[in-house]
Amino acid sequence: MSPITFVVNGKSRTVSVAPDTPLLWVLRDTLGLTGTKFGCGIAQCGACTVHLDGVATRTCVLPVSAVAGKRVTTIEGLSTNRSHAVQKAWIEEDVPQCGYCQSGQIMAAAALLAKNPHPSDQDIDAAMTNICRCGTYQRIRAAIHRVAQGA
Amino acid sequence: MRANAEVTRREFLQAASVAGAGLVIGFHLPSRPRIGAAPPPSEPFAPNAWLRINPDDRVLILVDRSEMGQGVATALPMLVAEELEADWSKIVIEFAPADKAYINPLFGMQGTGGSTSVRAAWAPLRKAGAAAREMLTSAAAQTWGVDKSECRAEQGAVVHPASNRRLTYGQLVAKAATLPVPQDVPLKDPKDWKLLGTSATRLDTPPKVDGTAEFGIDVKVPGMLVAVVARCPVFGGKAAGFDAAKAKAVPGVSHVVPISSGVAVVANGYWPAKKGRDSLGITWDEGPNAAVTSASVSQLLTERAGQAGVVARHDGDPDAGRAAAATKLDADYELPFLAHATMEPMNCTAHVRADGVDIWAPTQFQTGVQGLGAKIGGVAPEKVTVHTTYLGGGFGRRFELDFIQEALETSKAVGAPVKVVWSREDDVQHDQYRPACVHRLQAGLDPSGQPVVWTHRIVAPSIMARVFPQYVKNGLDGEAVEGGVGMPYAIPNVHVDYLLTDTGVPVGFWRSVNNSFNAFVVEGFIDELAHAARKDPYEYRRDLLAKAPRHLGVLNLAASKAGWGSPPPAGRSRGIAVWKAFESYVAEVAEISIAKDGAVRVHRVVCAVDCGPVVNPAIVEAQMQGGIVYGLTAALWGEITIDKGRVKQSNFHDYRMLRMADMPEVEVHIVPSTDTQGGVGEPGTPPIAPAVCNAIFAATGKRIRKLPIGRVV
Repeated sequence: MSPITFVVNGKSRTVSVAPDTPLLWVLRDTLGLTGTKFGCGIAQCGACTVHLDGVATRTCVLPVSAVAGKRVTTIEGLSTNRSHAVQKAWIEEDVPQCGYCQSGQIMAAAALLAKNPHPSDQDIDAAMTNICRCGTYQRIRAAIHRVAQGA
Repeated sequence: MRANAEVTRREFLQAASVAGAGLVIGFHLPSRPRIGAAPPPSEPFAPNAWLRINPDDRVLILVDRSEMGQGVATALPMLVAEELEADWSKIVIEFAPADKAYINPLFGMQGTGGSTSVRAAWAPLRKAGAAAREMLTSAAAQTWGVDKSECRAEQGAVVHPASNRRLTYGQLVAKAATLPVPQDVPLKDPKDWKLLGTSATRLDTPPKVDGTAEFGIDVKVPGMLVAVVARCPVFGGKAAGFDAAKAKAVPGVSHVVPISSGVAVVANGYWPAKKGRDSLGITWDEGPNAAVTSASVSQLLTERAGQAGVVARHDGDPDAGRAAAATKLDADYELPFLAHATMEPMNCTAHVRADGVDIWAPTQFQTGVQGLGAKIGGVAPEKVTVHTTYLGGGFGRRFELDFIQEALETSKAVGAPVKVVWSREDDVQHDQYRPACVHRLQAGLDPSGQPVVWTHRIVAPSIMARVFPQYVKNGLDGEAVEGGVGMPYAIPNVHVDYLLTDTGVPVGFWRSVNNSFNAFVVEGFIDELAHAARKDPYEYRRDLLAKAPRHLGVLNLAASKAGWGSPPPAGRSRGIAVWKAFESYVAEVAEISIAKDGAVRVHRVVCAVDCGPVVNPAIVEAQMQGGIVYGLTAALWGEITIDKGRVKQSNFHDYRMLRMADMPEVEVHIVPSTDTQGGVGEPGTPPIAPAVCNAIFAATGKRIRKLPIGRVV
């Protein structure tokens, strides 16, 4: 358990855990950042999505040893006061139902829009593969288009 | 939001310790850990324990139903706020503790389900708000020395227009708290509503977009350990042997504890607990269900369909009607077990102590949790504090207590607070499933195509037989037959019967419950009758629903908005279905196409709903969309199969979920209605499977009588 150092939401953090521990559980159990969610443990659902050096990444199968020296942004670090354009659009469209998948959805949408500010419906279908059991997909799509229109 | 509400509650309690500092409507807020100690008052509208107004003008509303996405944490506060004339921006929410004051009058227990929340709260929560408004208005009038009739409550304040004076509710709470609570305050005329009927923004959205909403799995209390449980893969089996030392060899693992459901491995986090669980080397005594397979279940149910069932409905003379029919139809329908697959896996945090029990849980059943905590903790129920968190989906799964029991037993064994967390595999393989079932249908038409007889035999395991056996009488589970008995079409001779058939696989409440299968069967078979009669399936239904006005209203609206009667876009076909559930009426038209490989694509769903008076149309729309997605996922792909007594599926790679790319465009149309109010959490689900399958029939002539649809070839 040699220490592993990486940057989380702008701050350098050092953890001493088993190196095979998925980043998800380091964030949740070690660092107390519970906004990133556990959904499946096999990178199928996307509830655990964060930005790893700016790229949307599913953390439930990503060993923390692979993150050493990298930059992680979680939902807690996406903005202060819910000021990110994606969060504002999510509020305006009243997207969440149960809300459990929404951190991952928002991180996936933010990464999509950073790369492609005006995504087509097909682009959204391809990039937004996170599962929402409440079925908020229609409002997620509307919120992404809302951000694009304001960009 | 919850964190803020906790602060509000603490501040409130401090404020309330100074007499008259806050206005409390109803009984006093029990302070931790003595939750539930205060008996509720016994007045006619006694459970008005929902409202606290703070001197700083914040209005705290105790939400006594579980927020699992269906919007109760917004809809219930809207009921209070409308009559209170509150400023919506000043509303904060907190989830209510387990207490008799919060018993759901439609259930007789504190729980959330059956799409009952708004219906049950509709009168009492508005009355609670109205009583508070009157007290605040009286307090202002007395303060100013004017007649109360000259004062008016608006936007969180009382105004006296004649003298242009204004006092906020926060400024009035001290005086108002000294006044008697008025009884039977008249409620506002609906034409004066400012908030009800509007799409007020959800109160739970902000904490759900920044990661601060606290779900059960996020709970952390001082000294807490995390447990992962090994359960027998065969239903009803028990642990025969395991190697605790192997689990304890994983760094971080502290305890290995046998509990009722299996063996709990306790550690300082989920990952070491799971690694410890997976290294237990556990062996099982598999018990009596080790030979159960999907084929054996299907065979059992189908064999039973040849027997006479317990009669649930009998009109006219079905035998004579059948004998005289010009055209006879016979069909068997079959549906599979389904898992709930809430996005948040099951979890619960419990702390069992000698002097009491605390339970933090995403639960739909607070008094059930409290009772179980008392039983396992060996304390009185009022010593058990239930802290309800946000629920990452419920769908009926969180009405169960299995995950609560595991946390209680493990905490008791290790003497520390313990959070039990299930993996997704645990969740899929240890559910209580939507019942698998077989249905035998028979009908007869007269020479003009009019139906003269309809018989429906339901062969299914019973949820009630496991959960509330007192509701099964003479072999009849009245819930299991509800939609079959309620078959609304005007047919003179009808027979519905039921064969309760246990399969060894546990069954539970799954969004829309028994409606989820009965709708598929009834709305599929009526479509078969329409085809046999050479009639348009919409017009055939319409003519048989002439005396069912609310069915007819949604059927006509959905057909009209979908453009029924005009040709669908090239390559697409339409199907229609209508269903009443939980006192709401929903019709759906599905527009589909079928790819060369047989995959069904649903492009558009037009939904019409009549749920009576609407609290928040945006939430109704969201619930219809969500209910349709839930039912469509199941119709297209949903199937839990059994082999050697075990569930074969394990995670989202083999228990497929609908995703963005599969999402149809869903249009929701709400029928303006002042009729009996219905629920909205579940009624969107039942009609989608038959609507899609009827569209497949229109496209291909192939009748889908067995779900899931899979590929149509």
